[in-house]
Amino acid sequence: MKFEASRCARTLAAAGIAALLASPAWAHAQQGQASGLLTGLRHPVSGLDHVLAMVAVGLWGAQLGAPAIWLLPVTFPMVMAFGGFLGLLGVSLPGVEIGIAASAVLLGSMVAKEAHPPLGSAAALVGFFAIFHGYAHGTELPPGQSGLTYSVGFVIATGCLHATGIAIGLIHRWDWGRVALRVAGAAVAAAGVFFLWRAVA
Amino acid sequence: MRRRVLAAIAIGWVLLWSGTAHAHLVTTGLGPVYDGVSHLFTTFDDLLPVVAMALLAGLNGPISGRRALFTLPVAWLAAGVAGYSGPVALLPAGVTSLSLLALGILTAADLKLGPPVVTALAVGLGIVHGWLNGAGIAVAGREASGLVGIAAAIFVVAALLSALVASLQRPWTRIAVRVAGSWIAAIGLLLLGWTLSGRI
Repeated sequence: MKFEASRCARTLAAAGIAALLASPAWAHAQQGQASGLLTGLRHPVSGLDHVLAMVAVGLWGAQLGAPAIWLLPVTFPMVMAFGGFLGLLGVSLPGVEIGIAASAVLLGSMVAKEAHPPLGSAAALVGFFAIFHGYAHGTELPPGQSGLTYSVGFVIATGCLHATGIAIGLIHRWDWGRVALRVAGAAVAAAGVFFLWRAVA
Repeated sequence: MRRRVLAAIAIGWVLLWSGTAHAHLVTTGLGPVYDGVSHLFTTFDDLLPVVAMALLAGLNGPISGRRALFTLPVAWLAAGVAGYSGPVALLPAGVTSLSLLALGILTAADLKLGPPVVTALAVGLGIVHGWLNGAGIAVAGREASGLVGIAAAIFVVAALLSALVASLQRPWTRIAVRVAGSWIAAIGLLLLGWTLSGRI
């Protein structure tokens, strides 16, 4: 069994390396597909406010443990997409930048305090701010690019930011890790205050 | 109540209406069958719903997986032939977004649907997307044998993914599949927004 698992891991690693080394074949099946995907992948990681908030969601999920550790990453993309959906339909949402900055402040504070609210409250808080992030970032498609592949890239990149936060948050099992996470949460909150000041000014 | 539902469906249909049929077969130089094979892997509109269907079928167990494995490509191929042979019937451009949204939500929720429902979903998905493929290939003046390649590629993707998911034992692996479902639903919702806003 152990041998099988090892062989499987080696096969996957070889397949991954082969895929990464392969020369791209540009088929141009639909115009703007590749550029849309790349733009979507780049967009969430190009804004520090978005990055910090997404990673903070993962950190908080790791602190809260099961079932929050998987409930938050399951619900966040859908609620975020709902925010993007509202933006695409032209529904007005005031104070988007303030909402994004406030998300960093509050989510960072939750991590810094190692807060354990009821699961519904935590999901509602994260979901509420997800709407602002989706509204602001989910609709910024450059002309000529594919909306579908942009959406694919955007959702994957955001999910990977969550996964990064969860992976970092796994240090929560150690005492020093708990302290480090709280410090990281305070740093996110401080950055959020800066973004908030910039949004209001 | 029923009239309201019918009215909502009618409004949604009109909003999503589009006069285009999408095929976008890639020319591989290896013939129409291989063009069809490559079509699936270069077209997210078709690949993502197939992935979502395979994940959902796998989550619902081996029996559902086996049924979806055979019904999805057969329905896709049959509807493709009908779409190719018949008059060019227009289907909503929002088909892909609705497929992704519905299948993604069902996967994220990890609902136990049972083999008959999963089979019906696979057949429905195959009919709608297969019809679009067939009509698109006819409009583009390409050979219908491309549909064989598409169906074969769907069979392979569905077999690999549904078998992998059905074999998952550890709880976190099923959760990872549910997260993938939520990503697919999010993509579907965003795509629905793009469609309704007329920006794609």
